[in-house]
Amino acid sequence: MPTSVSLEVNGRAIVVIVDDPGMPLLYALRDSLELKGPRFGCGLGQCGTCAVLLDGEPVLSCETPLTKVVNRKVVTLEGLGTPEKPSRVQQAFIDEQAAQCGYCLNGMIMQATALLAKTQNPTVPQIKKALTGNLCRCGTHLRIIRAVQRAARSA
Amino acid sequence: MLDFVSTRRGVLKTGGALFVTFTLVDKVLPALAQGSARKKTVSLDEVDGFLSVGVDGQITVYSGKVDLGTGVRTAFTQIVAEELEVPIDRVNLIQGDTALTPDQGPTWGSISIQIGGMQIRKAAATARKALVEMAAERLGVPPNELRIENGAIKSSGKSVSCADLVGGRTFSLKVDKDAPVKDPASYTVVGKSVPRLDIPPKATGQFMYMQDFRVGGMLHGRVVRPLAIGAKLENVDESSVKDVPGLVKVVRDGNFLGVVATTEWDAIQAARRLKATWSKWEGLPERAHLWEHVRATKINSDEVTANVGNSAKALSDASKRISASYDFAIHTHGSIGPSCAVVEINDGKITCWSASQATHRLRKQLAAMMAISPDDIRCLYIEGSGCYGRNGHEDAAGDAALLSRAVGGRPVRVQWMRADEHGWDPKGAPVLIDLRAGVDREGRTIAWESEFFLPDSFGPVPLVAAILADLPGMTEQLPKFVVRNTAVPYTFPNIRTVAHMLNETPLRWSWMRSPGRLESTFANECFVDELAASVSADPLDFRLKHLGDPRGVELLQRLAVLTKWEKRTSPRKDAKGDVVAGRGISYVQYDLVRTYVGAVAEIEVDRRTGEIRVERFLVVHDCGQIINPDGVTNQIEGNIIQTVSRTLKEEVLFDRSAVTSLHWATYPILTFPEVPDVIIELIDRPNEKPWGAGEPAATIVPSAISNAVFDALGVRLRSVPFTPAKVLAAIEGD
Ligand code: FES
Ligand code: FES
Repeated sequence: MPTSVSLEVNGRAIVVIVDDPGMPLLYALRDSLELKGPRFGCGLGQCGTCAVLLDGEPVLSCETPLTKVVNRKVVTLEGLGTPEKPSRVQQAFIDEQAAQCGYCLNGMIMQATALLAKTQNPTVPQIKKALTGNLCRCGTHLRIIRAVQRAARSA
Repeated sequence: MLDFVSTRRGVLKTGGALFVTFTLVDKVLPALAQGSARKKTVSLDEVDGFLSVGVDGQITVYSGKVDLGTGVRTAFTQIVAEELEVPIDRVNLIQGDTALTPDQGPTWGSISIQIGGMQIRKAAATARKALVEMAAERLGVPPNELRIENGAIKSSGKSVSCADLVGGRTFSLKVDKDAPVKDPASYTVVGKSVPRLDIPPKATGQFMYMQDFRVGGMLHGRVVRPLAIGAKLENVDESSVKDVPGLVKVVRDGNFLGVVATTEWDAIQAARRLKATWSKWEGLPERAHLWEHVRATKINSDEVTANVGNSAKALSDASKRISASYDFAIHTHGSIGPSCAVVEINDGKITCWSASQATHRLRKQLAAMMAISPDDIRCLYIEGSGCYGRNGHEDAAGDAALLSRAVGGRPVRVQWMRADEHGWDPKGAPVLIDLRAGVDREGRTIAWESEFFLPDSFGPVPLVAAILADLPGMTEQLPKFVVRNTAVPYTFPNIRTVAHMLNETPLRWSWMRSPGRLESTFANECFVDELAASVSADPLDFRLKHLGDPRGVELLQRLAVLTKWEKRTSPRKDAKGDVVAGRGISYVQYDLVRTYVGAVAEIEVDRRTGEIRVERFLVVHDCGQIINPDGVTNQIEGNIIQTVSRTLKEEVLFDRSAVTSLHWATYPILTFPEVPDVIIELIDRPNEKPWGAGEPAATIVPSAISNAVFDALGVRLRSVPFTPAKVLAAIEGD
């Protein structure tokens, strides 16, 4: 039976009509809303590339069923900024050229945004700890750490 | 304002437009819209193969080499902007479209700039010369009084734009190998760290990866792989998925099994629930006896890669002989985003969008499998998640082709699940190396012998779909690139190095950063260290003493300065405590003919737990002319970190039936807290050829770490990965 689920995505009220309300949020964001920020990596909660902010907290959208997001606020990478007006963290990633393929960037930027919201001047070990669950196969880690530091400085 | 979105096809909405817009292929589609796809030449010796000038003066570059997330798009743009003297935003790049781009060979081996970029540079230089000649005629001014500047050809007072000269038309000109290229001394764009063009859209969620690509009317497919690699599909119970709402079809073709549904989630649900029975199959070797299996594998041929003097005699004359065997585990590519492709079939013509590193070759493979002419297939490249060799993208394309055919040619998107990727992408080969050396009474190395057990290269990696459905593949002789670093850069008087080309590997094999050279350099550079230690020589001195090549010598001398190298032998004499620091050096000239890399690893190893921490890598790198220094640095950092991960942690697990390390918990890779610092010194040689960067830096990592552990503890690690268990066993056995 199609069910409707109401939520807010990037400041906009949305109703998703879905056969299976247990469907992970990731598929609603990518397939129904055609957002490109949150990405599928493992579907198992192991890589962090699907992260979004749910009421300001980072969550893995591949493991978050729609039933858990009813009437809640979701912010994706697109909701943080645009190429013309990037957020502070996005700008820092651009300035540090912190990408190779960039597939992991969504998770990194969402996680870093959440970190900086709580910890204004994180140390390198704090940054590394916050990003432990985010995998990057290209080996862009050092640039990502520098980008988070730069974003902290530019606050 | 409220938007209603259905996960079923079609979108319901009220109260204003949906806020998400969706564009197809940013720069490919305009070219298609102009109907140029069928007419455009893709010849490698025509300027028009590589370049066109639009009526608006915009320059389009057609590149058969593709950007695998390595910055090649930016580098190629720089090269063309430089030769044609236009700002970089006037250059567009179309990559890997079989209808539009020349077949410059697969994007592999870090040769995109060295080979592909130089073909494009020559085409641009030819175009430049032709434009100046045309302008000379048009303006009535001798060519030597003309200069090219900002998209126009100018003399004092007169000017004509490139768009006026050739805009919207073809050059109809052969690429002139002798066309003068710009003097590097006058470069303004090449050699600069031009920011990557793709990073702003990637950082803001606007970039379209292959995984984001959609076409109208598209269905979603998923594959259901056999439980054992060689198992036969005995039975499929379609009633097990009849409740999946959007299911379109269960597709069965021999042992190939898949589902097609209207939504991605429906396809995933169907693939998970589908009940199928498979026959038992246990054709894989026992993992515990992998190396016996490799040693016993049929040898197709022996490649003798160096034969100097008489190594057998020298070995028997030696007063001291040392020997060792090294091995390197099976690795998986492990892209963070699983493989993905979309295929549609229209009037017997196939269009395939994928992140394949070799679209021209994929076209031939699909043609063989689908039994149609390559002319009826168009393969287009769209960048995907990082690609470090031939991973699963081509296979996903094969899957999508079979699924699309089964639903009347409707476009089908296949994205692999994590277990499909870890379980079924082609793997690195298990490589085994035996080494022997002899030293005379004066402590001079008089003999060096090595034998490598490497995979033979028959041709393109067969498509999983073709294997499972028992459909034809294609053959094509590929270069035996895996043997290219089996010989050594050192001048020993008697050398014999042989590669045994093995008939098969336990798991489907493909090239993965940096095939053959990574394993060869691991063994060679560790064994050189063993030799140095056996004659009580400083390992850096030992290498310098045996290196004839002045560029290599300069590189090592600069490495000594960068690392403040302290002359002494390994192991260190002053090791105290449970956690001991060590340094290890390694050196390579890639393929023995191009990029030079030297590095020192600084590590700490805990003798109680066997854990290795790599603290720092210090690297000196000479790839000739540098196109984009920050791009080179980025590639070096990435290759070092990825290879530290492979060296310390990675190993594909399997039982007698199939791969069992199907996700990141069973195939762990390096995480942030474990990442070393990387310090890089680039040697720029603007007047030399540009060579590749990236893979060469990967090759020195395992040996530098192993040599550092020897420096710390005096034990040799000869088996990748260097897990804590192996370190403890080495300490125990010492
Ligand atoms: S895709 Fe969600 S954690 Fe990997
Ligand atoms: S940049 Fe490719 S996975 Fe991180």
